Amino acid sequence: MLNKVVSNIDEALEGVENNMTFMVGGFGLSGIPENAIEALSKKDVFGLTCISNNAGVDDFGLGLLLQRKQVKKMISSYVGENAEFERQMLSGELEVDLIPQGSLAERCRAGGAGIPAFFTPAGYGTEVAEGKEVREYNGKPHILESALTADFAFVKAWKGDTAGNLIFKGTARNFNPLMAMAGKITVAEVEELVPAGELDPNQIHTPGIFVQRIFQGEKYEKRIEQKTTRKRD
Amino acid sequence: MALDKNQIAQRIAQELEHNTYVNLGIGIPTLVANYIPKGIDIEFQSENGVLGMGAFPFEGEEDPDLINAGKQTITTLDGAVLFDSATSFAMIRGQHVQLTVLGAMEVSENGDIANWKIPGKMVKGMGGAMDLVASADNIIVAMMHTNRAGESKILKKCTLPITGVNCVKKVVTNLAVLEVTENGFKLLERAPGISLEEIKNATEATLIIEGDIPEMVF
Repeated sequence: MLNKVVSNIDEALEGVENNMTFMVGGFGLSGIPENAIEALSKKDVFGLTCISNNAGVDDFGLGLLLQRKQVKKMISSYVGENAEFERQMLSGELEVDLIPQGSLAERCRAGGAGIPAFFTPAGYGTEVAEGKEVREYNGKPHILESALTADFAFVKAWKGDTAGNLIFKGTARNFNPLMAMAGKITVAEVEELVPAGELDPNQIHTPGIFVQRIFQGEKYEKRIEQKTTRKRD
Repeated sequence: MALDKNQIAQRIAQELEHNTYVNLGIGIPTLVANYIPKGIDIEFQSENGVLGMGAFPFEGEEDPDLINAGKQTITTLDGAVLFDSATSFAMIRGQHVQLTVLGAMEVSENGDIANWKIPGKMVKGMGGAMDLVASADNIIVAMMHTNRAGESKILKKCTLPITGVNCVKKVVTNLAVLEVTENGFKLLERAPGISLEEIKNATEATLIIEGDIPEMVF
């Protein structure tokens, strides 16, 4: 059994440098690697390319890195809800590559699965297709999308074991398993870290082979972006 | 009277078919879930990774690990399942989701839709919309017929950057139900009390009117 446990956040982030490409899991603020992001926002690393479905909010999630202007380029599908992000993008300080959400997910999966590119119908005939090869399959046009990989992938799971196996909870799974596959170094943070053997192998979502480093996060705020409720009758 | 947002949703709900999987976009489409006709069983998919989405949680029971694609807190129903984003879009791209309902800023008579970007003004991104419109067999758009200045959003050709080409099948607006055909928008129904003249005046696109056009029935 391989042991992937790192003893602290500094060890988890060892090797992080300027101008690197990071993948960061999460959808909105759900399932984001809170502890890794916070630690990165205190580190002097700049010129980063971040691949993440969203860009956090002004004072939480990837918004923390944007505020310190650590990010040079964002690759995302949806970036509303962040005023500082919008300001940097419109002023040209921040480069932004917007890509369809399904293509983003599949490009990460492909990057981890050894598939260099694939054809998808999403984005055909739109700005997204500009400069991309088009091919018809079953009478329908598709565009060629390439795989994504990253120097580091930062992911968050509910439970993990010392071998790096991960189990996610609810819709906090989202991009995390795919980015875990596509990182040269994947750093997983979990709410509960248990000894190998304690998780049921039938129930594991991400096999530990995709994870290089694992640690239990110190605390989780788990901020809710849109609290919506209904009244009891 | 022109329909309000809830009535647009209510009219779209009449299009739901028994035993199908449906993806509802943000805005008016979300309201469709409130009007599922009796005897129709639907499972709602949200592209962030849940099938079998239920109502909003009761106050105090919100779970930050359980949200929909609009980032709203939700609940799940019996039989629900959770999955990653690649699996979610496999369901969408692979045409396992039968119906997509989404909002639009503009639609054109060849079935193009624009709903993700206003250059220089609003650049939030397409989210899952491009994957959804490129793949679903049936796409229904919920929207207002005109903008606040009274200009038509039902056009010959979209002026905004498009989200997908040749994909919209039906449009339900505050004034009418329109079907996309090879020759233009075919007027199927009028909102109660709305005249043909009013619809013609609010429509820039080619409008096909054949015979008597019935009022919507709720």
